Amino acid sequence: MAAVMQQAAAGGRVATRGAIKIEDVVKIYDPEGAAVMAVDHCSLDIAAGEICMVVGPSGCGKTTLLNAIAGFHEITSGRITLDEEVLCSAEQPKAEPGSDRIVVFQNGALFPWKTNLENVAFGPIMQGKLTRLEATEKALSMMADAGLSGVEHNYPGEVSSGVRRRVEIVRALMNEPRVLLLDEPYRALDSLTKSVMHEALLEIYYKNKVTIFFITHDLEEAIFLGHKVAIMTTRPCRPKKVLEVDIPHPRDYSVLTSKRFRELIDETNEAVHEEALKAFAAGEKEG
Amino acid sequence: MAMTKQALFTRTLLRGLVSIAVFLILWELGARSKQWLMLDAFEWLRSVLAAVGWDKKYLPWIGAVPAPTEVLKAWVAVLGEQGYWHSWYMSFFRVMGGFIAAMIIGIPFGLLLAVSRTAYGIGFPVFEVLRPIPPLAWVPASIIFWPTQELSITFVTFLGAFYTIVINVVGGAKSIDVRYFQAARSMGSSQWDIFRRIILPGTLPSIVVGSAVGMGITWEVVVAAEMISGGGSQIGGTSGGGLGFFIWNSYVGGSYEQIVVGMISIGIAGFLSSELLRALGKYVTPWLRLR
Repeated sequence: MAAVMQQAAAGGRVATRGAIKIEDVVKIYDPEGAAVMAVDHCSLDIAAGEICMVVGPSGCGKTTLLNAIAGFHEITSGRITLDEEVLCSAEQPKAEPGSDRIVVFQNGALFPWKTNLENVAFGPIMQGKLTRLEATEKALSMMADAGLSGVEHNYPGEVSSGVRRRVEIVRALMNEPRVLLLDEPYRALDSLTKSVMHEALLEIYYKNKVTIFFITHDLEEAIFLGHKVAIMTTRPCRPKKVLEVDIPHPRDYSVLTSKRFRELIDETNEAVHEEALKAFAAGEKEG
Repeated sequence: MAMTKQALFTRTLLRGLVSIAVFLILWELGARSKQWLMLDAFEWLRSVLAAVGWDKKYLPWIGAVPAPTEVLKAWVAVLGEQGYWHSWYMSFFRVMGGFIAAMIIGIPFGLLLAVSRTAYGIGFPVFEVLRPIPPLAWVPASIIFWPTQELSITFVTFLGAFYTIVINVVGGAKSIDVRYFQAARSMGSSQWDIFRRIILPGTLPSIVVGSAVGMGITWEVVVAAEMISGGGSQIGGTSGGGLGFFIWNSYVGGSYEQIVVGMISIGIAGFLSSELLRALGKYVTPWLRLR
């Protein structure tokens, strides 16, 4: 553990793949009719192996952005690239979903009819990268690494939501993605579980080094985890302020009480609060 | 922990037994007394009914129903008869035939409607027009259409379960969380993988529910169909017509105890079928077992 931490500390971001460029992306829902602008000329650069936290009020359009990267939704114009390859653009508005970009969903999307182990082993078998036996072996060792020994043969419905979320992150990492897309994965968890999950996520990150695109509306969570925090405006969504968090990784919970952490919170709190007020005034629904 | 569970179980069991015992005692008393609502205590009720213009003769009189002890006696007598067991066999045969046919045709049909927009557009309107027609309304047409009585009864039984199963399969498949599809696609699943590993298991709980409900309807339908069609006339006599015909025949023959025997037999048969399905359902959806 200590060795891993040192290596991570020394190297900082060691990943060479997984750079995302969001260039001038616009998303208009129902352009013919109501024409709701969800994303407005949004540009954001995420370096390979960076944890980019996207903060904004509920319903501001963050998830729209995530869905565009994942290939679940179309964009109206602009361009998103992953390591210089175009994922989607005005010409090809919907990206092809792929195992290089795996989403961890807000309320979790582990298949309830598969055991945790079967869930984790699912991806490589589907892609034909590993045989069932090999995938199961790899899944077992990855679960053990993530402290998930003992729940392999349980169904997701039998374990706590915190454990489920960790299983889902391990399932995502089994695909060796370049980017992990996390859509408020800890929203439904209580604050104690959340703090455990944050450290667990960082630990997993230090071992696996992927780019993380993490949506949240919790500013403390964002600054604690992220290299970069993009504070978004409420609908239409666009970065209002991009903050580089200069607290060195690896981090642990002592960061929360550090002076620099508080300073960064103070610096950004106002911007976040302003957008939250706007969202509240606009009466945006959750989601 | 185990102790508490044990105690809870016995308490539930005890309550159930007490409730059945009380029911039987009231029934026995009512039937024996030949008095029931003729008791003085119900004088006021009779006068109320008389005021509305009802003759007190028409008051429900449980004394007209055979007492449970008599029913038991008739049951014991009938247990040795081959005809009684043949009725069981015939009804079970028809229920299982219709039900299994409904599963074999209904599940793929429902899945097809759920996954293909074209199939849904073509198939669903017809299905929705036919669905409100009660299976029993099909009895005459079915007797004309099918070459044998046996087939027409089985067909009507099939209809009873078919609609419920299809509706449940379509509803179940359509309500699968879209995130499961997105996750599966991201992880490189083909269309076939998605069908086999997401849609099929995702629909299973609804299939189980639809089957259980469908099974109940099947028993309702088979009994009525047997009564109407005369129990499959070429089998003839009193023996081969199934439990529905057994009841009808007892009624025609004036053996009122046997009517109740037939009714309780159907209750037991329905219960056994449901239990069997429940056990099967638990077996195929192990992830729902430990909630």
